[in-house]
Amino acid sequence: MTSARYALARAAGSAAAALSRITRQGDGTTVGGRITLAIDPRALEHAAGGRDLALVTGTNGKTTTRSFLVAALETLGPVVSNAGGANLPSGLTAALARDRAPRRGVLEVDEPFVPQVIEAVHPRAVTLLNLSRDQLDRYAEVRRLAGIWRDALTGVAAPTVIANCDDPLVVWAASAAPDIVWVAAGQRWHDDTSVCPECGGVLSRTGTDWSSTCGLRRPVPSWRAEGSTVTDPQGQGHDVTLGVPGAVNVGNAALAAATASLWGVSAADALAAMTSIRTVEGRYLSTSYAGSAVRLLLAKNPAGWTEALTMVPAERQQVVVAVNARAADGRDPSWLWDVPFEQLAGRRAVATGERSRDVAVRLRYAGVDHERIDDPAAALTAAARLGPVEVLANYTAFQTYRKVVRGAETRVGRDG
Amino acid sequence: MADPVRIALVFPAVLGTYGDSGNAVVLTERLRWRGIAAEAVPVEIDQPLPQQADIYVLGGGEDSAQALAVSKLADGSLRRAADRGAPMLAVCAGFQILGETWLDGHGDVSPGLGLIDCRTDRLEGPRAVGELLVDATREGVGVLTGYENHGGRTVLGPAARPLGVVRSGVGNGAATVDGAVQGSVVATYLHGPALARNPALADHLLTQVVGSLTPVDDREAAELREERLRAARSAGRGMRRRQWRPPARDA
Repeated sequence: MTSARYALARAAGSAAAALSRITRQGDGTTVGGRITLAIDPRALEHAAGGRDLALVTGTNGKTTTRSFLVAALETLGPVVSNAGGANLPSGLTAALARDRAPRRGVLEVDEPFVPQVIEAVHPRAVTLLNLSRDQLDRYAEVRRLAGIWRDALTGVAAPTVIANCDDPLVVWAASAAPDIVWVAAGQRWHDDTSVCPECGGVLSRTGTDWSSTCGLRRPVPSWRAEGSTVTDPQGQGHDVTLGVPGAVNVGNAALAAATASLWGVSAADALAAMTSIRTVEGRYLSTSYAGSAVRLLLAKNPAGWTEALTMVPAERQQVVVAVNARAADGRDPSWLWDVPFEQLAGRRAVATGERSRDVAVRLRYAGVDHERIDDPAAALTAAARLGPVEVLANYTAFQTYRKVVRGAETRVGRDG
Repeated sequence: MADPVRIALVFPAVLGTYGDSGNAVVLTERLRWRGIAAEAVPVEIDQPLPQQADIYVLGGGEDSAQALAVSKLADGSLRRAADRGAPMLAVCAGFQILGETWLDGHGDVSPGLGLIDCRTDRLEGPRAVGELLVDATREGVGVLTGYENHGGRTVLGPAARPLGVVRSGVGNGAATVDGAVQGSVVATYLHGPALARNPALADHLLTQVVGSLTPVDDREAAELREERLRAARSAGRGMRRRQWRPPARDA
């Protein structure tokens, strides 16, 4: 009965997805998954079907780390994954229902849905990247999310947790789990962890070490990311030359390699498999536009923007800052004031997106030379006329820019 | 050359969850634009509060952070600054802890710092999240725009007067007003940050320190305000349909 219901649910979801694609409403993943789940509430569990899965979650880096881990596990054979960023239960259901052959899978999961997904798919591993303020209009408090994870990861049947020991919120969330692999993946953003998540006291830091008077402290990592080197538990250092920028991604690679090692993939093989990734669903995409080189960086929240600003090459003089405040972005762009935009001083910026006025005011107080252009394509054109451009955009503004540069590529293809 | 105007940003890593640290940036830069030396002085949670700052700024934060901030400020340092008339801006959680009592994360009533005659408990119904529009004409700063995100309801006592009348949104959640003014202390639920969206309120605070101010170029802030006032008014129409509130008493 259950499997008949699931078969019907899967067929209906897949038909809805196809219809959505034909009518160009979207790629159909979300609507298909939602219909499947509506018909069979246990569809995610059935779609997972006892397969050998890893979950990846965290405020920033989910998609890139998922992509790293897929590359590492593909050294063993085919891997199912929720490419396309649909990381709610509906998207996971659709991805698993669509690709039924692979025995192994990697799923990125939106932070609050971690308990529900663990319960449905019984993963072998859960990889925790980081937690910081994001979409506060929806989630209100970061510590609450850490508590949700903590409850889900406690218990004898809990999966192995691979966790970033440089993030105190992650450590607190993970530390009740029976089986943990600690990875020193780094954390530049400390502003959500001045207060100990366990006792509410002051968290003190010395270098990379941190501790609280209640006893919560940085665990000793078995994996470490330092500079461009990942050190495995045997003490062997691996120099990694990733195709994507940023120290934060060396940390993500270390977390992915540590996770892949649970499947028996060696650190060397796992890291080698990741180096060929140069762009992940548009992130870090290098292309050209209006005759200039352009690179797209996605940043969704203060921690992400702080990392992204470090990735802008010193010689790159033109920067587009694109910000929307739709539901998926968070409705309140006050966070712009948590981002050190002062670092852009000396460059020329163009403020754009649906909240370009907020960006313009922020850049004025940051002392950054700028203009404001409502239309994203016009903003990029204006910047590209002056030379190579770095585009920094938050979630939905980034999706707009993927279309803007894809449109330019298509036109070039057609003309040439 | 005169000493720079010092703007103390109180515990930004603890009371700065919603971008409110930007208020210190706004105050500092608006003085510098006018050729007046100024510096923002971030005070970390393990440091003593500077006694001689010219302005004190407190922002929003999580429940556990509020408790920690109160425990550090209970030494009377902020009260002494208020007693000597130093201007203060307190936002959201920062507002709540300056009151007589506030509710901690467990729902227990906790003593506040007592700088404002008000008490904070819980809003009935859902958390107040969205655009907030406050008419503060009587305080001489016009209409204020911002974004609120809180579960607290703050009832003012007789020694505090409201910062303004809520035109759209929730604000204090009582008597259709937002914020409080008592002595040199100004408090509000407005994020945005409040002073970035409302340069008149920033200059209102600065005037108390340096006297009259020359105009600066606020065209970009004016454009932002115009957009947000429109957004709040259209959101406000929906809000009034959903929720009854007592009429404004600003006569």
